[in-house]
Formats: sequence, C-alpha cells, structure tokens
Amino acid sequence: MTWVLLIIMVAATAASDLLQSFEMKRAGEQSVGARGVARLLRMIVERRYLLLSIVCLAFSFFAFMALVQSAPLSFAVPASASSFILETVLAKILLKEQIGVRRAAGSFLVLCGVVLLGR
Amino acid sequence: MPFSTKTTRTYSLLAIFLALRAFGNLSLAWGTKHLGETLAADPRVYIRSMAAPYIAAGIAMLILALLVRLALLSLADLSFILPMTAIGYVLAALLGKFSPLHETVSPRRWLAVALIFAGAALVSSTPQATGRIEGAK
Repeated sequence: MTWVLLIIMVAATAASDLLQSFEMKRAGEQSVGARGVARLLRMIVERRYLLLSIVCLAFSFFAFMALVQSAPLSFAVPASASSFILETVLAKILLKEQIGVRRAAGSFLVLCGVVLLGR
Repeated sequence: MPFSTKTTRTYSLLAIFLALRAFGNLSLAWGTKHLGETLAADPRVYIRSMAAPYIAAGIAMLILALLVRLALLSLADLSFILPMTAIGYVLAALLGKFSPLHETVSPRRWLAVALIFAGAALVSSTPQATGRIEGAK
C-alpha cells in the first residue's frame, strides 16, 4: 500500500508540474507583483491545463496524507523526492528540455537514495 | 535597504519556511496516525479528517509555508531557495526520530536521506531556463 500511495503521489506531482510548466511556457513570461497575482488567478480559471494541474496537486496532497498516516515521516518526506526522477525524464521527453549533467547526476543520487529507502 | 538587513530577512524567512513545512508535516503525520479511520479512496474521510485538530493545524502550517515561500521568492533567487528547500528532507528524518513519533531511523535510512538531500540540492541548483548562462554561485 505504501508504494502504491507513493506512486500515486509522485505521478500526480509530476503531472501537475508538467502541466503547469507546459501551460505557463505557452502563456509567456508573467510578473508576480501585487497586480500579477490577480492576473495569475484569472489565468488559472481560464487555462484548462492549469486547472487540471491543481486537481493533480490535490490528488498528490491527499495521497501524501494517506502515506504519512501509514508510513514513517522519515520515509514519506524523503521518498516524495522521487518526483525529481520522473519529472526529469518527462521534462526531457515531453517538454523537450535539455537535461544537464548536474540535473542528471542529481536525479541519479535521488534514485539511489529512494532505492536505499525501500530496502 | 542595506544588504545585511536583506540577507538577515532572507535567512530568517527561510528558517520560518523550513520550520513551518517540517512541523506542518509532523502535525499532519501525528494527526493522521491518530485519526482512527483509514484515509483511502473515500473523499468523505478526508473531509471529516480536516476537523481533527492536528490535521487542521498541519494543513494551516503548510499553507502558511507556501505564503512565506512566496515572500521569500520576492527577496531571493529561486536558484538559491530551491536547493535550500532540500534541507526539508533531513528535517523530516530528524523530526521523525526526535519527535513524539519516535521513529527508528536506521543508518541505511540516514544514508538514503543524505543521498536524496544531495541529489535534490543538485537538481535544484541547475539553471532555470536552458540556454541561459549558469551563475558562478
């Protein structure tokens, strides 16, 4: 059950981040001033992928709540970092981002850590 | 604003953010573990669970943490904040062990947490937009 919840959480986090990144890149650069926040809120309502990303984020949080209920905190929080691995892979494949050596090395370290957590 | 004041403010906000998130997670963990019913697919259980004081406090702290992070972003660069956020993984392990949760953290798990901390910090310190020159810091 722990691993099912972790997978749901990581998949939902990755989906949320990818949708957000995809939609915001399409939207162009945004300012985050006092007026910018109101505009951002309007944009969330108008842009379907952003709304969807927030739904994913909610799923991810609820999965985290269930995870932290059954698994130790010292497992649940570090394990949530596995989203870095999935996101790095998907950012390369879907968003066509260039993955640098540092990012790849970092994701690999996280992967090693998560494997170690699970044993 | 003098440089030192801004630096002090940045670090104190960072400390507040890390503390809010760590204790928010701890409160959430404590609350859900003492809930009495299992959080699974039923959304009604989640809605009911939010009435539990520790869960409500945990969620409130996590929301506050997000707001503090927004304020922090207005003061410091994302490339500074993101790697610092990785400290949260270590804090979670420390709180799991030394809080009333009394979790046993094996040497293997400490090593795992250290690897995840290093990896997350490394991933987060990569340039934000590919094509831009990477800062020297």
